Amino acid sequence: MTQNGAGDGLLSALGAIYPPERILTSRAELAPYECDALTSFRASPRAVVLAESADEVVETVRACHRLGVPYVARGSGTSLSGGSLPIEEGIVIALNRLNRILELDPEQRTAVVEPGVINSQVSAAAAPHSLFYAPDPSSQSICSIGGNLAFNAGGAHCLKHGMTSSSVLGAKVVLPDGELVELGGDSIEPVGPDWMGLFVGSEGMFGIALEVTLRLMPSADRTRTVLSAYESLEAAGNAAAKVVAAGLLPVAMEIMDKLAIEAAEGSVKPGYPEGIEALMIVELEGDHETVDREFEQLLEVLEGAGATEVREPDDDAQRALYWAGRKSAFSAVGWLSPDYIVQDGVVPRTRLGEALAEIGRLSEEYGIRVANVFHAGDGNLHPLILFKGSEEGALERAEELAGEILRMCIRLGGSVTGEHGIAMEKRAFLPEMFGEADIEMMRRLWRAVDPAQIANRGKMFLPEDEPERGEALDSDAAPSSTAVAGTAGPPPGGGASGEARRDAR
Amino acid sequence: MSVTLRPAAVEEAQEALRGHERVLARGAGTKPALSSPPEGTVTLEVSGLSGIEDYDPEELTFTARAGTPLGEIEAALAENGQYLPFDPPLVAAGATLGGAVAAGTSGPLRYRSGGVRDFILGVRFLDGEGRLVRAGGRVVKNAAGFDLSKMMVGSAGRLGVMVELSFKVFPQPQAWATLTVDCAGLDEALALIGALATASFDLEALDLEPPGRLWLRLAGLSDAMPARLERLEGILERSGERLEGEEEGALWREVRDFAWVGGDAAIVKVALVPKRVRELEAKLEPLAVERRYGAGANIAWLAWPAERSAQDLDELLRSLDLAGVFLTGSPPRPMVGTHRGGAFAQRVKSALDPSGRFPEV
Ligand SMILES: Cc1cc2nc3c(=O)[nH]c(=O)nc-3n(C[C@H](O)[C@H](O)[C@H](O)COP(=O)(O)OP(=O)(O)OC[C@H]3O[C@@H](n4cnc5c(N)ncnc54)[C@H](O)[C@@H]3O)c2cc1C
Repeated sequence: MTQNGAGDGLLSALGAIYPPERILTSRAELAPYECDALTSFRASPRAVVLAESADEVVETVRACHRLGVPYVARGSGTSLSGGSLPIEEGIVIALNRLNRILELDPEQRTAVVEPGVINSQVSAAAAPHSLFYAPDPSSQSICSIGGNLAFNAGGAHCLKHGMTSSSVLGAKVVLPDGELVELGGDSIEPVGPDWMGLFVGSEGMFGIALEVTLRLMPSADRTRTVLSAYESLEAAGNAAAKVVAAGLLPVAMEIMDKLAIEAAEGSVKPGYPEGIEALMIVELEGDHETVDREFEQLLEVLEGAGATEVREPDDDAQRALYWAGRKSAFSAVGWLSPDYIVQDGVVPRTRLGEALAEIGRLSEEYGIRVANVFHAGDGNLHPLILFKGSEEGALERAEELAGEILRMCIRLGGSVTGEHGIAMEKRAFLPEMFGEADIEMMRRLWRAVDPAQIANRGKMFLPEDEPERGEALDSDAAPSSTAVAGTAGPPPGGGASGEARRDAR
Repeated sequence: MSVTLRPAAVEEAQEALRGHERVLARGAGTKPALSSPPEGTVTLEVSGLSGIEDYDPEELTFTARAGTPLGEIEAALAENGQYLPFDPPLVAAGATLGGAVAAGTSGPLRYRSGGVRDFILGVRFLDGEGRLVRAGGRVVKNAAGFDLSKMMVGSAGRLGVMVELSFKVFPQPQAWATLTVDCAGLDEALALIGALATASFDLEALDLEPPGRLWLRLAGLSDAMPARLERLEGILERSGERLEGEEEGALWREVRDFAWVGGDAAIVKVALVPKRVRELEAKLEPLAVERRYGAGANIAWLAWPAERSAQDLDELLRSLDLAGVFLTGSPPRPMVGTHRGGAFAQRVKSALDPSGRFPEV
């Protein structure tokens, strides 16, 4: 491979686009970009460029294409599947300085933003107009709209409002060969093939979104939240199924098990009921005349489903605390264990109880603790697999257990990812979920959109000469794999110590 | 006379497709502008690939063959108190599930619930080479692989022949109610649409019949309806005509099935946002084109008179930088106006249909 700065004129090409202080090449400068939030994969790129305008991004992509240098776009680097892991022989295009909200039009319920805008800033800007941006990943205070779009991010409130895809109306995109296209528009209803819908969730492999038109939603007239406690995780899962079957349509329905509760109490201290095996948070939203009545119905369903305690927060502050406990769960688990893997799989929601029982059984069989927090309303599980990276073979065993859980998801008719994407982490599982023809079609699409194969090369698909099955989770694109999974990536701008990284979550 | 093939199984469809150079799929043919074969193109009718394969009411999802009539699906859902929130048009005329996806048509209820694109979960389709491809899944959340199901929405048979589709559904609301209000004119009506956008009031549908009539549809618990209607009238600062029960349901069925489109006019869907309505109105008003705006003026439905050419509409929409699609009538090309996608669209098309078996997008 070419060495930094040598050979193909990459650095001089970048030097023609950026001032020196926005081209990072030294080891120390590159370190924060070596991985995303899936830290078991690391790679050092040849350079990182800090773009400040769409034009710079376009020029950079064109230079990469001309020189045959692969690139990875990076928002906030919070991907949990290795989406923003650099390519060693390539560069990273950091987008977090493209962080302007360009337009907010309350009457059309739209916002036009640059890709580096932080998710929660959109809602903050829309709030004065009684509007909000619906997708709310737990990482919303740090992740970027570009990263959300690339991964079709979800969140607790996507149960009713849909994933990121339902909130992205249009985008200006630079294709991997530097050509500019516009996809979608500003209407909530597209005409013609839904190119925007295809681009969302394409994991950075179809190009870079330079400007995104988002759909905003009106804030609810009334929000009612209830926390219920259960004697077992399975009972909580079954209660969730009963809420769905009762015809109620909560905006969010989330479950945490005992370990996750313990972790939350150890960190943000939400004040959940003590000594319980599982809890569920259900939220209803809508016109107060409807919601107040539906809430009574919800309480009846929960009591009928065996809840041992049902609690409504006293005020907005307590509601926010209940949610903080849930949303900080991934990082809070760091309180229980030095290392952990955040998994993401989906099962049909009617089979939640069964899936949870199986995870419990596997956890016992492996002798590995698993904490569970998940989006119960849509059957999206997030088992947190706890291990000690310093122990010989511990990461491998944790990964093996993670693999068994994913296979169970496939067996039950679900998916290997609900919102974190395939990227590096699940490349080996895509062929278990899809047939050869299906994957070949996806590859064909990628080759057509990116004939030079430079956009996020090596993600989603296993390298073609490798066996498609049974690949362990380390790979040749990440030779310096270290035994640290589940710790957070560096905050935007980077440079944090190991301790600060964990705090960033 | 053009040739029509009616495969009864997926394998037959594959064979039929591979045996012909130019192919266009058709469901029940309720949107002939999209399914009428261009010169030298064979029609692949998928109505033989029909039937619900899997419906689990507790899961609120179903999988059906592409040629299944929407009426059959709506009936099965209704038995379990569920419905298709994207409210597909032309159900009474026999429209199929695959046809609704290919046409990308959603009805009045899409204002709040979302369109076809927001409810589709997975698809099995034949690409231009006759290969059977599966994408997405059957569960309500899934981020594995490229989202080819969404791409099929609005693809009008130009990217593949769908054979099976999976969808999520919602529980039926207990009751519906409609408020109709008349405004002094277009400006006032648009001002109200703008005010409602930020009013924190749940409206299922918001239609504008120009110049100034607004149709507002509510859903939910019947006990709550009177109080909500009253609050809505407060937001609008005027009272309107209230409609409930059977009559109310019939009214919206007529809207979504285009009962208001007269004679042999062609139905055209145009995407826009409320702030563009005035410009479009200025162009249409002198032409005496019947029209209606749906989804809070995010869609314009036009009844384009048979005596006017599709090219005129194409030019009209281009001058406004708007995109439209003919559903009925016989335009030379169904897509009119300015369409986005550019090089991305071409590359995707070349991957799915390398030998150009399907018509151009
Ligand atoms: C504590 C924690 C909690 C999380 N909770 C959730 C959750 O609840 N739900 C959820 O869905 N995810 C969650 N995630 C995962 C992650 O936050 C999301 O995947 C998020 O969308 C990534 O955004 P980012 O800006 O960090 O993207 P990055 O990690 O920087 O990039 C992710 C991918 O997007 C591509 N990309 C970035 N910008 C663009 C662009 N402009 N155009 C094209 N491609 C681009 C990159 O190339 C990369 O492949 C969580 C992560 C953490 C650490």
